Amino acid sequence: MPAIRTQGLVRRFGMLTAVDGVSIEVRQGEIFGLIGPNGAGKSTVIKILTTLLPPTSGQAWVAGFDVVTQAPLVRRRIGYVPQLLSADGTLTAYENLLLSAQLYHVPPRERERRIRDALGTIGLSDAAKTPVSHFSGGMVRSLEIAESTLHEPAVLFADEPTVGLDPVAHQAVWEHIRELQQRFGMMILVTTHDMEEADRQCDRVAVMHHGRVVIVGSPASLKAHVSPTASLNDAFLHFTGATLKQGGSYRELLRTRRTAHRLS
Amino acid sequence: MSSYAPAVPPTVSPEPPAALTYVRDVAAVAGAEIRKLRHDPLELLTRAVQPILWLVVFGQVMARLRGVPTGGLPYLDFMAPGILAQSVLFIAIFYGIATIWDRDLGILQKLLVSPAARSALALGKALSSGVRALSQVVIVYLVAVLMHIHVHFQLANIAGVLALVVMGSALFSMFSVVIACIVRTRERFMGIGQILTMPLFFASNAIYPLSLMPAWLRALAAINPLSYQVDGLRTLMVVGGTSAFGLGMDFAVSLVGIAVFVALAAKLYPRMAA
Repeated sequence: MPAIRTQGLVRRFGMLTAVDGVSIEVRQGEIFGLIGPNGAGKSTVIKILTTLLPPTSGQAWVAGFDVVTQAPLVRRRIGYVPQLLSADGTLTAYENLLLSAQLYHVPPRERERRIRDALGTIGLSDAAKTPVSHFSGGMVRSLEIAESTLHEPAVLFADEPTVGLDPVAHQAVWEHIRELQQRFGMMILVTTHDMEEADRQCDRVAVMHHGRVVIVGSPASLKAHVSPTASLNDAFLHFTGATLKQGGSYRELLRTRRTAHRLS
Repeated sequence: MSSYAPAVPPTVSPEPPAALTYVRDVAAVAGAEIRKLRHDPLELLTRAVQPILWLVVFGQVMARLRGVPTGGLPYLDFMAPGILAQSVLFIAIFYGIATIWDRDLGILQKLLVSPAARSALALGKALSSGVRALSQVVIVYLVAVLMHIHVHFQLANIAGVLALVVMGSALFSMFSVVIACIVRTRERFMGIGQILTMPLFFASNAIYPLSLMPAWLRALAAINPLSYQVDGLRTLMVVGGTSAFGLGMDFAVSLVGIAVFVALAAKLYPRMAA
């Protein structure tokens, strides 16, 4: 059974078609990248798959369940790290983790142990009682990833998890993602417009452009398709023909910048 | 469902009974909100200013008029429960801004992706708003005692006042969340919040009785949940206070109001995340 499967997924906002017939299939245990410029439709796909947004047409299944008709069953099996910073700055790290454990219905007997383990994994055991507003960007992101995996989800969605992070934090966040993945064997879907990151971290990537998936494959196969020495960025430009003028509204830029600003 | 049927879904720990889960979810959300309050207690102090001004300045001046038919109550006694209800309303009516913040920060999205029922999320927020409002009870009672207002101190009366205040705050905070979900931006929300507070206040029995109102205003006041809040508080809080609607009605209106607005908020929450 694939961890994620979509069939002709379409989402329109008024005149704009943000997602235009996306069909993908992702295997269990895979780290799958959705790459593309701002405005390509990546976040909208994630919102549909996490049941935040119903598709205009088409179907999608996550962990075996239909995201529209079986949304509550899907929600029990997924974790979600939004592009925005979702950890509550006015609560401590422990309190953030506790709320997630409660709302994701981690059995009360296991809560404390799992929170302790999670804090250990992300190296924040000493900062458990510190309000998150005092954390660095990398710490916040790591905390969010821990929060979204306390219930050991089958699928983790991470929307631009490293945007705005410095290289050290960037690497730490990925180490945490990988460690959790090895422990729970979950499938991870990340969106990014950082081609180097996608190349290094993803088993396979889907290149999105104007709401469509242009090509799916391993970073190596995509690069090889273009030339023996091509980078994934070259491959990306080859498949999308993207230029600076395309992609990304003012509003999205503002939002990304704001997230980046809060992280730094 | 086409040809794709789930084979063996990955193991998920079994869920306890739905009702228990629901109560736990409500408690989890309310608990987190109350913890936030503990981190920032200064907020509570700033909220003391408005009711004090109304009682000490407006109340004392109006009390000299002796023109308001209060049913035998001194005017300050008549007005104190109205100011308590008003101060709860004025805080709760802006609660929706927190929902917009949560959306902008990504916190709301995180909650909405969780398996918790959306109405449980809304009810938890409503309850936490109710608990926050309890500080207003302390302030208004303190001021009332200092101003020699004749306050009931029987346990049952105080319990009733606390319950009504929690319910009133829950009701108006969810009304506010519903508006936030509809207008979706901070700027529009603040405008509408300003527009709503004064009509809700003046079209109620908070500072003058229904009998003084022209018929059209009395009709509005009769469908204003704030009137029932004030009526219940006036009955329970001050010596000699009488109920125009009946205490049962006062509580019933609050409960039905909460149910309606929690249901609406739960329905509209996903609009915020889209």
